[in-house]
Amino acid sequence: MRHVIEPTDMSVDEIDQLIAIAEDIERGPNDYANRCEGRILASLFYEPSTRTRLSFESAMISLGGSVIGFSSADTSSAAKGESVADTIRAISCYADICAIRHSKEGAALVAAAYSRIPVINAGDGGHEHPTQTYTDLLTIHSVKKSLCGLTVGLCGDLKFGRTVHSLIKALSLYRDNEFVLVSPDELQVPEYITGILKDRGCLFERTSDLESCISRLDILYMTRVQRERFFNEADYVRLKDSYILNMSKLAKAKDSLAVLHPLPRVNEIAVEVDNDPRAKYFSQVQYGKYIRMALIMKLLEDRNGGGAC
Amino acid sequence: MLSIDSVEKGVVIDHIKAGTAMRIYQYLNLDALDCSVAIIKNAKSVKLGKKDIIKIEDRIDLDLNVLGYMDPDATVNIIEDGRITSKLKLSLPDKLINVIRCKNPRCITSVEQEIIQMFKLWDREKKSYRCVYCEQENN
Ligand SMILES: [Zn+2]
Repeated sequence: MRHVIEPTDMSVDEIDQLIAIAEDIERGPNDYANRCEGRILASLFYEPSTRTRLSFESAMISLGGSVIGFSSADTSSAAKGESVADTIRAISCYADICAIRHSKEGAALVAAAYSRIPVINAGDGGHEHPTQTYTDLLTIHSVKKSLCGLTVGLCGDLKFGRTVHSLIKALSLYRDNEFVLVSPDELQVPEYITGILKDRGCLFERTSDLESCISRLDILYMTRVQRERFFNEADYVRLKDSYILNMSKLAKAKDSLAVLHPLPRVNEIAVEVDNDPRAKYFSQVQYGKYIRMALIMKLLEDRNGGGAC
Repeated sequence: MLSIDSVEKGVVIDHIKAGTAMRIYQYLNLDALDCSVAIIKNAKSVKLGKKDIIKIEDRIDLDLNVLGYMDPDATVNIIEDGRITSKLKLSLPDKLINVIRCKNPRCITSVEQEIIQMFKLWDREKKSYRCVYCEQENN
């Protein structure tokens, strides 16, 4: 039995497989409509995240399965003080697979230790969120038909943003990708990430100027620069506009650029960009569902030792 | 009665980094022992200049993982009939189970107290460990 707690719990080959299945689902979702008939997904959301929860639930329902669970800690046994371990022991009797979201780091790993069914980490605090990474990879692959040989710009808060770290780690395992890390000096990627890039022989550069590098990019991954990350208000006000994508910056970019964002967006991408064909962040939502369908199927198949789930 | 100089039968933890013997005493739960235990602080050492020594007048099983974590350079001498019968070398353990606690307030172990505290060795040179749940470094 397999669990997916962090993105690296799937090998590159397995991720490629997931992407292939997800793209096949996109071409013909009806072929998959009964693949998990009679199967139950438990969606255990100790912390509300409507977007992620609905994506998992919609994925399972689209495979012909059903869903049980809770959408916040107040409506669950956690409100009565039950531990994650005890909850997952009970849920293992009711469901075939589970997705867990919790505000505390490591909660999904604890669940996996006591679970008799595959556990998917749907976010544990600011720690790991593997299906977000797989969604990003699928989106890039669908748009570019490859995960190799890309110049990938990552812009915004690169210090605290885990989604960015996970994406860099994942893409650095593919051939010939180059990274342009665009952030204010205060919010640069941590050393351990640039260490990984060096170890894997990936080219990268750090800059604080999006406008000057946007013309070279194949992918632009935007993240939010949060006010509370700055030491003082003046720095925030001075810097925030440099990390907002608008049409005037986008005018300098390639026609083939794909703009991604983990969503929800606040103001780091101007609304005027939404109608540009290079804006791919809303298609990410659809891809998020397909990759979760592929992952649920894979984990259920692995659990049965092959065959249909 | 324990003689500071000699132990008939027991364990001598030698070459402890000066100033850490009390912490080792606590982590190894030596206060729970019935036998005599001597802590010698700031003894002269050719190798270290100053060192601490702990002498335990009984042949007890020490948790070498805990000791290796506390001071990997210490040596453990097993004494029988007043002489050293074996010397144990220590090293930083790969895993620490219920030795130290994670201090990260965002970690699941901060709210669910019964979870086993588990750390993995991250950097041998820096002697740094990371919580397996939240990956926060402990120092
Ligand atoms: Zn921790």
